Amino acid sequence: MIGLISYLVFFTTVATILSIAVLGLNLQWGNTGLFNGGVAAFFGAGAYGTLILGGTPQEGHIGGFALPYPVALAGGMAAAGLLAWLVGRLTLKLRHDYLAIATFGVAVTFENVMRNAEWLSGGARGLRGFDRPLQELFASPLAYNAVFLGFVVVLLVATYAFLQRLVASPFGRLLRAIREDEEAAQSLGKSPARVRLISFVTGSVIMGLAGGLYGTFYAFVSPQDVLPILTFQIWAMLIVGGAGNNRGAILGAFLIWGAWTASGWALSRYAPVEAQIYAGSIQYVLIGSVIVGMLLWRPQGLFPERLVVSQRGRHPVPAAAE
Amino acid sequence: MPEPVLSCAGVTAGYVRDLPILHGVDLVAHKATITAIIGPNGAGKSTLIKAIAGLVPVSAGAIALNGREITNIRPDRLSTEGVAYVPQNDNIFRTLTIRENLTLALRRAGARREAIFDRLMTQFPALKDKLDDKAGSLSGGQRQFLAVANALASEPRLILMDEPSAGLSPKAAEEVLEMARALTDSGVTILLVEQNVTQALRLSDYCYILAEGRNQVDGKAADLLGDRVVADIYLGGRRKRVNA
Amino acid sequence: MIQHLVDGVLVGAIYALGAIGLTMVMHMLRFANFSHAELLSVGAYVALVFDKLFGALAPVLTAKIGPLSMSFALALAVLVSMAVTAATAVLIDKLVFKRIRERGEELSMVFASFGVALIVRNLIGLAFGLGTTLYNSDIAFAMVLSTDPLILVRPDQIFTLSAALVLMVVLHLVLSRTTFGYALRAVAENASLAQVAGVNLRRIVIAVWVIGGALAAAAGVFYALTNQITPMIGRDLLMPVFAATIVGGIGSIYGAALGGFLVGLAANLALVVLPSGYAPSMPFLIILAVLTLRPHGLLGVARA
Repeated sequence: MIGLISYLVFFTTVATILSIAVLGLNLQWGNTGLFNGGVAAFFGAGAYGTLILGGTPQEGHIGGFALPYPVALAGGMAAAGLLAWLVGRLTLKLRHDYLAIATFGVAVTFENVMRNAEWLSGGARGLRGFDRPLQELFASPLAYNAVFLGFVVVLLVATYAFLQRLVASPFGRLLRAIREDEEAAQSLGKSPARVRLISFVTGSVIMGLAGGLYGTFYAFVSPQDVLPILTFQIWAMLIVGGAGNNRGAILGAFLIWGAWTASGWALSRYAPVEAQIYAGSIQYVLIGSVIVGMLLWRPQGLFPERLVVSQRGRHPVPAAAE
Repeated sequence: MPEPVLSCAGVTAGYVRDLPILHGVDLVAHKATITAIIGPNGAGKSTLIKAIAGLVPVSAGAIALNGREITNIRPDRLSTEGVAYVPQNDNIFRTLTIRENLTLALRRAGARREAIFDRLMTQFPALKDKLDDKAGSLSGGQRQFLAVANALASEPRLILMDEPSAGLSPKAAEEVLEMARALTDSGVTILLVEQNVTQALRLSDYCYILAEGRNQVDGKAADLLGDRVVADIYLGGRRKRVNA
Repeated sequence: MIQHLVDGVLVGAIYALGAIGLTMVMHMLRFANFSHAELLSVGAYVALVFDKLFGALAPVLTAKIGPLSMSFALALAVLVSMAVTAATAVLIDKLVFKRIRERGEELSMVFASFGVALIVRNLIGLAFGLGTTLYNSDIAFAMVLSTDPLILVRPDQIFTLSAALVLMVVLHLVLSRTTFGYALRAVAENASLAQVAGVNLRRIVIAVWVIGGALAAAAGVFYALTNQITPMIGRDLLMPVFAATIVGGIGSIYGAALGGFLVGLAANLALVVLPSGYAPSMPFLIILAVLTLRPHGLLGVARA
């Protein structure tokens, strides 16, 4: 029983943290129409940033500044934001393919640098030496984890509330206007590139928050945690939940994370031993199929945004000339 | 009156569904004549010509060519129906040479390719010296000539021209419109949209005045030209109101 | 240093072949196709299957061609693979991209292309195993071009470079000398005008996938021949190929060819100063440099 509760706490904590990242992506994709192919990098920047700033000194690499936890977490978020600003500033004025390619590239590069730059990140072995905040106050790990779950749920609710207010604000309407009809928004005297950059950086900071919490929860982060599959998982969560809908995004996160862990468990339990090394490939095919299948047959997601006023779809394609 | 080549009956069309720009427009173009569509900005002139070319979906009404319905024709089938469409802007392939533009236009001409090419060269001597230049290097008037030459390559019976004189110097505009006049002598029918009202009325045989997506007045160009009331109401007066 | 230059040119030719097809798709269909590089993997594995098949059917074909490690069977298999991969590209378009395109959701196509890439890459892994393999396990000896400085080149590398150049010249001739080539360029410049000029857009779209798939197959086999065959070819070549399209300017076929060589050179030269572990980061750094200095690439034009 304790084992089950302990597992449920663990599962819910991770799913809640991923939900925060999905909310960040929803601001970018669902509300602004920005494609982010490098969620893992911004998530990772948050995790590495938090652990480097808040960790205890370690041999062999920088960090261990042992800053107070809120400062460390904010630092991780700032690292994610900075990375987003760098990429966004260069690509958001260009056609959308550039953002897609550059964000994917930043994720590949982030993972590559974290794997190789031992002085910075501990390299492939990952980053250790982080003491989870206030852990000494709790007698059992389960009690701590339960309280930590409460903490991440509070942050999820806060993020949700922040985004709901943002989307309902004039700025949110501007985001939608730009997503639907850039020229019209431009003619109102708004600079789409600037508005997009704000949205992109804000979404990435939220991903950085999720990454920081993830690093805190495990008190460890390694290049294995920032592989491209994380990006694909978070997309699948958003697409299943329905882009543009924050509640759907959270539901999608729990659904996909549940399906992912369940399929992993089932494969490890029932697949023959010699096929075990292919379990990952099968899960990847499943994630790929979820993404393609949803886009083909239910592009609005399982929980679509209410009141969709999309004008996309009226352009005959291929239409190179406009 | 010569036989009708193109007829539009009650054409309703627009870019977005349920938001028509044209509301039941009627129009007939007769063989070997120039028919001009004029009217204030936003009247739906270009939309009408694009709807005929299959570029804007027609939601009601019918378009017929020599009695055969061609409503919502696939644009790439126009040339096989004997229709050529010359858009207003970007009507030539700038990154292709003039020879490449013409070769592309002539690719269905088969055995007649050489003969048509030679004829186009006599018709448009200005292009002859520049065959291997990129079309993007041509002047505005020469571009219109190339666009019309491209259109003529398929030996069309009907040419749709969207503001052929727009953006040209008065002299070049005059040349282009005179060339259109000359084309009708060889039996080609021309339907054109023209911004310059007096020029359009002087040049064309028959004229349709559209406003707000509807037929207003039509008649022989010569008659309309003399009708001051028509000019005031539909060409001067209406424009002011639309712009206000 | 010179060895790095030589290696850069050799691998650059492979990037160029991949980038030409990718830039055409990105330009005509207006989306960044993250599954394009998987066509290189498909090409490499299809060639492997037919190489084995031809070798088994006609053992005489297993003889090697001159100093190459390539057999006659593999040479034939490359041609078959180009055709099969082209068909695969058309099929993927029909099954996935075309349907999304017809709903007019350009950005969803980018998502879908990632999904397709995941599916294709991992199905290849499931079908052929996750390990690496070779067309021919005989050791191919390198030729010493110079001893001081030491420059080594394998005959296979010379062959792949020449074959890649031949393919590019053929493509150039098609584009600049045939009416089909004019139609392709016309659609690339102004699709709706091309359509009213009587060009059938659907056929051109298919042609673009066929060219892209065939060139990707050749690139995949050439890469596998000079390195090794793994299901990760697509993953590893994705960023270099994208970088080549951006260096050249998205939509520019000649730019993509040039970009391929430049990315190959730059990435190899950078390894003179950086540890080789950083090689996967090179394409992104090149992209950043291009976006900073010349956002529309060397031969590209701004397009909204």
